[in-house]
Parts: sequence; C-alpha cells; structure tokens
Amino acid sequence: MRFLLDDEQRDFARSLDAMLTAADTPSVVRAWAAGDHGPGRELWSKLADAGVFALAVPEAYEGVGPGGPLPVELAVAFVELGRHAVPGPVVETVAAAVLLAGAPPLAKEWLPRIAAGEALVSMADATQARAPYALDADAADGVLVLLPTASPCALRLAPPGHGPLHPSADPARRLFRPLDGGEEVTVAAGAVGAARDWAAFLTAAQALGTGEALLAQTVAYVKQRTQFGAAIGSFQAVKHRLADTLTGLEFARPLLYGAALSMAPGDIAAAKVTAGEAAYAAARTALQLHGAVGYTEELDLSLWLRKARPLRDAWGRPSECRARVLAA
Amino acid sequence: MDLDHTAEEDVFRAEARAWLAAHVPAAPLPSLETEEGFAAHKEWEARLHSDRWSVVSWPKEYGGRGADIFKWLIFEEEYYAAGAPGRVSQNGINLLAPTLFDHATDEQRARVLPSMASGEVVWAQAWSEPEAGSDLASLRSTAVRTEGGWLLSGQKTWSSRASFADRAFGIFRTEQGTAKPHQGLTYLMFDLSAHGVTVRPIGRLDGKPAFAELFLDRVFVPDADVIGEPGAGWKVAMSTAGNERGLTLRSPGRFLAAAGRLTDLWRARADPGDTALRDRVADAVIGARAYRLFTYGNASRFAAGASIGAESSLNKVFWSDYDIALHETALDLLGADAELAQSEWAEGYVFSLAGPIYAGTNEIQRDIIAERLLGLPKGRR
Ligand SMILES: Cc1cc2nc3c(=O)[nH]c(=O)nc-3n(C[C@H](O)[C@H](O)[C@H](O)COP(=O)(O)OP(=O)(O)OC[C@H]3O[C@@H](n4cnc5c(N)ncnc54)[C@H](O)[C@@H]3O)c2cc1C
Repeated sequence: MRFLLDDEQRDFARSLDAMLTAADTPSVVRAWAAGDHGPGRELWSKLADAGVFALAVPEAYEGVGPGGPLPVELAVAFVELGRHAVPGPVVETVAAAVLLAGAPPLAKEWLPRIAAGEALVSMADATQARAPYALDADAADGVLVLLPTASPCALRLAPPGHGPLHPSADPARRLFRPLDGGEEVTVAAGAVGAARDWAAFLTAAQALGTGEALLAQTVAYVKQRTQFGAAIGSFQAVKHRLADTLTGLEFARPLLYGAALSMAPGDIAAAKVTAGEAAYAAARTALQLHGAVGYTEELDLSLWLRKARPLRDAWGRPSECRARVLAA
Repeated sequence: MDLDHTAEEDVFRAEARAWLAAHVPAAPLPSLETEEGFAAHKEWEARLHSDRWSVVSWPKEYGGRGADIFKWLIFEEEYYAAGAPGRVSQNGINLLAPTLFDHATDEQRARVLPSMASGEVVWAQAWSEPEAGSDLASLRSTAVRTEGGWLLSGQKTWSSRASFADRAFGIFRTEQGTAKPHQGLTYLMFDLSAHGVTVRPIGRLDGKPAFAELFLDRVFVPDADVIGEPGAGWKVAMSTAGNERGLTLRSPGRFLAAAGRLTDLWRARADPGDTALRDRVADAVIGARAYRLFTYGNASRFAAGASIGAESSLNKVFWSDYDIALHETALDLLGADAELAQSEWAEGYVFSLAGPIYAGTNEIQRDIIAERLLGLPKGRR
C-alpha cells in the first residue's frame, strides 16, 4: 500500500504547472470566451506535447497507455488544467478517446489525432432529461452524442457545424446543441456509461484544481489586504472560512485518487460530488473574501469563480452522484 | 500509487476477523460511562489482551504485536465491522502511551505499559482546569518540590472516565512567573486513589458520569512518575495532542462501520421518495470513504518517515463535524423512535456532540489550519 503519488507523477504535475503558468492562461481564457480559438489551440498542442492526451490513448493508436488510459496520471493532469482554468472541451476529448477506443474504424481515424493534439472532440449527453449541450462545439473537430440505452446505437457522430451559441454562466464554456443526423455507431454495451463516468471523473479533477486555485488566490489576497490596521487574514472569521475551504479540498483529493485506482462508478460519483462541492464552496469563499473587487470581471479571479458552479453540475449533478453512490 | 494489501496483511486481517467473530459479545455491553458498563468493558479489555489484540501496534514486550500502521488500520476496520465494544482504555492507549514511547524512561515504560494493555489500570487525562480550556497553558495547578518527588495541588476538570479510572496523567506548574506561560510546566502521572485526591463525577448531557472533576491537595508523586524533564511538560504534552487529533483517536474503521449501519437503516426504514434524506445518507457513506482514503494517504506518508504535523487539525475538524452529521441523519431516519434515550444511535449522538469541543475545540483547530497550513498571520488569541 502506498496511497501517495510517486516522484514521477509529482514531477509531471510540476512541469505542467510551470508550462501553464508560462502560457498566461488568463489571456487564453479571455480570447476563448470571445470566440478566438487561436491561443487556445496553441495551448492545446503544448498540452499534447507534454503528453496529456496521449495518456488517454492506447499504444496501438499512438498513445502511451499500454492497454488503456492511465487514470492516475490523467487525474494529475486535469487537476493542473483546472488550476490554470484551461478552456476547451478537454474533459470531453479525453472521454471521447476512451469511448472511441471501443469502435475500431473511428478509433483509427480519431485517436492518433487526439493524442497528437490535432483533434478537439466535444461530447453531448442525449440521455439527459434536460437539453444536451456540446461544450465548445464551435471549436471542436467532432461532436459525439451519447444516445439513450434504448436506441439501437450507442452514439452518433454529429455532422460538422453547429447551431447558435447558448451563452453559459461561464463565458469560456461555449454551449451549442449538436446538429441532427450524422453517423450512428454501435460500441460495446456499457461503453457509453463508462464514457460518462470518465467525464465525471475528469471533471472532478478539474474542479479540484479550480478550487485549489481559488483558495491560493484568496490566501494571497487576505495576506496583503489590510483593514482596521491589520491584514484581513488575521481575523478569525476570515481564517476559519479559509480553513474550512482547505479541509473540503483536502478530503476531496483522496476520493479523486481512490476513484482513479478503481474507476468504479460509485467511487467516481463520490469524487465528483465532493470535489464539485468543495470547489464551489471555495468560489463562494473567494468571492466573499475579495470584497467588491471579487465581484468584477476585470480581476482574473472571475475566470475561476464562474467555472466552479458549472463544473459542480457538469457530467453528474450532486444529487445524481449521491444516488449513484448508494446504488453501488 | 496503490491501495493493495500484502499477502501478509490479508493473513493478519483474516486472523483478526476470526478472533473477533469468536469473541465479540453477542449482546452489546452496557454503556462504558456507567459503573456497571465500566467493569464489563474492563473484562472485555482483559479478554482482548489475553490473545494480544488490545494494543496491536505496540512492541511485543509490552503486550502488542509490533503491527505497523497499515495493520493497525486493518485491525480497526475489523474491530468496528465486528461490532466490538468501545475501548475504555482509549485515553491511556492513544494519549499517554505515545508520550511514553517518545519521552519516558525504559523503567517507566516497563512499569506502566503492560497493565495499561491489559486494562487492569485505566488512565484518565488531567489537563483541563476550570480556568484553562482552550488556553491550556494558563493552567494553575501546581507541583511543588518535596523530598523524593512532588506535591500536587489544584483542580482539574472534564477528565474523561476519571469517575471510575485508576490513574491520571497531566501537566502542572512547577515554576511561577516564567517569561511565557508555556514554560515551567511539568508532565506527571498520579494515582486517583492517592491521599489528597477527591474525584467528583460530572454527569454529561445524558446524565452519565462520563467525566469528573479532580481536587488535589498536596498529593505526593515520586520523581519516578515525572515524564520527560521537569519544566519541559508543554513540549511533552504537545506531542500527545498531535496524536489525539491525528489518526489514533478516531480510526476510519469506526466511521466505515457506522456508515454501513446507517445505510442498512436507510434501506430498512426510509421513504424512497425522500431524496433529501437519501442525499444525507450518501454523504455519510462518502465521508467515511474520504476519511479512510485520507488516512491511508497520511499512513503512507508516515510509513515513508514523515511525522504528524498541523495536518492533524484537518483530521480533527473533519471527523468531529462528520460524526455529528452522521448521527443526525440516523436520528432523522428513526423518526419518532429517535427520542428514545436507550438506542445505540442516541448514545452515539450524545457522544458525537462533544467532538467539536474536546481534543482542542474546532475553533482552535481552524486557527491552526489557517496559520500553519495556509500561512495566515497570527491574530489575537
Ligand atoms: C466529552 C468531553 C471529554 C473531555 N475529556 C477531557 C479529558 O479527558 N481530559 C481533559 O483534560 N479535558 C477533557 N475535556 C475538556 C476539553 O479539552 C475542553 O473542553 C476544551 O479544551 C475546551 O475548553 P473549555 O471547555 O474550557 O472551553 P473554552 O476554552 O472556555 O471555550 C469556550 C468556547 O470559546 C471558544 N474559544 C475559546 N478561545 C477561543 C479563541 N481564541 N478563538 C475562538 N474561539 C475561542 C471555544 O472554541 C469554545 O467554543 C473534555 C471535554 C469534553 C466535552
């Protein structure tokens, strides 16, 4: 038993962190939100060079996974993507890679491109009662639609193009309804459920990183902002709220890595709800403790603040996840 | 990164499980916070000890099995899964023993540990005083030098199980007027039946005499019962506090078993349409799982040579808040029966309510988290 990241995994996190810090992600996010995907795609290929997408792709398709995807390393990577608010359908692309690995002709066409960072894939869940949106379909090279289990096929590759933009609470998450028609594909039974689990798992990692970034920025702020002649971080009401934020995140982390080791649906659901709630609580705290300046769009903090709630709800809302935990 | 157990650990688990299945009393023992229950629990501790299951992590020479931290966690999981009784010796085993391993002499260890392991001598913690709770270093009870030892005077309070316990350990002021209140304190052990000790039981919220006040009037303690250097008691005490908040006081096994029982209760009793209650049951299951994995992470760090630090405060805040939420959920599931004082859940609920108060209140723990883990400036205390 060694329930700790090893040196190599920690080095991987550190190098991604350094690369993303140097890439000035806030300006990439702002461009993405404005519909300019150039800087985002550039960042995407840097992530591919660092090996992020290859982790999801088997060796047979030019990835690095011996048999399949590497969940622990992917969790490490997605925590960093969350920490730096990387925009785009990162979760959907990796989940799609896992799904398409079970559909050989499509796998051959798509997986090498995904591994190389040349294909962005979005994914919409038509099994949802509410309208299925495809994240960033305007930037994606392909959109997969997960079909309800009752249909003869498991998924459909939507035709190129997209309808109108449905603005999200987070402008860097650009939502579109997938177009009708396109190629229908049959994959192994359970593959769609697994893809949904993968999306939930990666979103949990992204949420954890988002929460960590919100906490770190808030801690830095309360150390330097003074009121009543003292740093506001010396006031107990402020301290205790941040202590609770840290506690929430630190107890979500082991659930994430526990889920990475088992990839069991109940474990993933537990990680998803806990990381999502912890990150959302971190956002509420960050907003409150920054005072009015935290309520502005100008401050980069807003890029993370607006992400926390959608990440909490994407690919498994809290109540759905809790039901899944008890069903397991 | 893995969660795998070795073949040897699996053998250990099977052995513990078999022993517990054969020996755990069929009917629950009476509450250990009563005289009758205290005696019954002492008998159970002796039973455990006779087959070396009372202190599995201690060295063999003191009655243990020399089990490492992972085996200890396995034992705890099996112990609570088997529905085995709460431990009447827990304060001695979890608080005094680690202090003895770190700071005592060989003679002290040889004298104190075996009878603690067997449950023959039950220990109480005598730290708090009426005027010294969160601000423990402001304590006023004194130990004054005398021929061959010290004379203790003053008052201690909230001492768990001191109503029925045999001996106590605590900190006393041995020097007045030091530059800082943390200086000039001495850590020592004394007999609760010694001349000059008056024990006054205090009823907790449910009336059971779960703790006591101690009045000390020139109680003699020999030099042999001072732990560490005289005057250095604060340092000695703080190593114990880390243990208390850290993982030894609340092993994950306890919460895993409780969350399992809660899930059973939910399946048996709940209205399937009550999704709000369902979500809370799920949170209890998730919390137990989170605590278990968090503990495995810490255990992995310790096994690799790290020592317990301010992270123990994260632990303490988490399990104490968790324990209350778990029990409140059980009470809501029980409906009208929740009011009955005699159920296992009702007893657990009363006990859980104290969690955010003892072992350093959660307010103090949050200060520690904020200052030591997040690096926020020290405020006025
Ligand atoms: C069931 C139970 C068992 C116990 N067992 C033992 C035992 O075996 N041995 C023993 O020695 N003691 C024991 N205690 C005592 C326990 O350690 C103390 O209750 C605890 O340290 C708090 O001290 P206090 O009760 O004096 O509260 P106080 O220190 O008076 O605090 C009262 C309230 O004020 C808050 N507060 C105080 N200072 C601050 C601050 N600086 N910032 C913010 N909030 C603050 C506290 O958090 C608390 O909410 C036990 C207590 C309980 C409830």
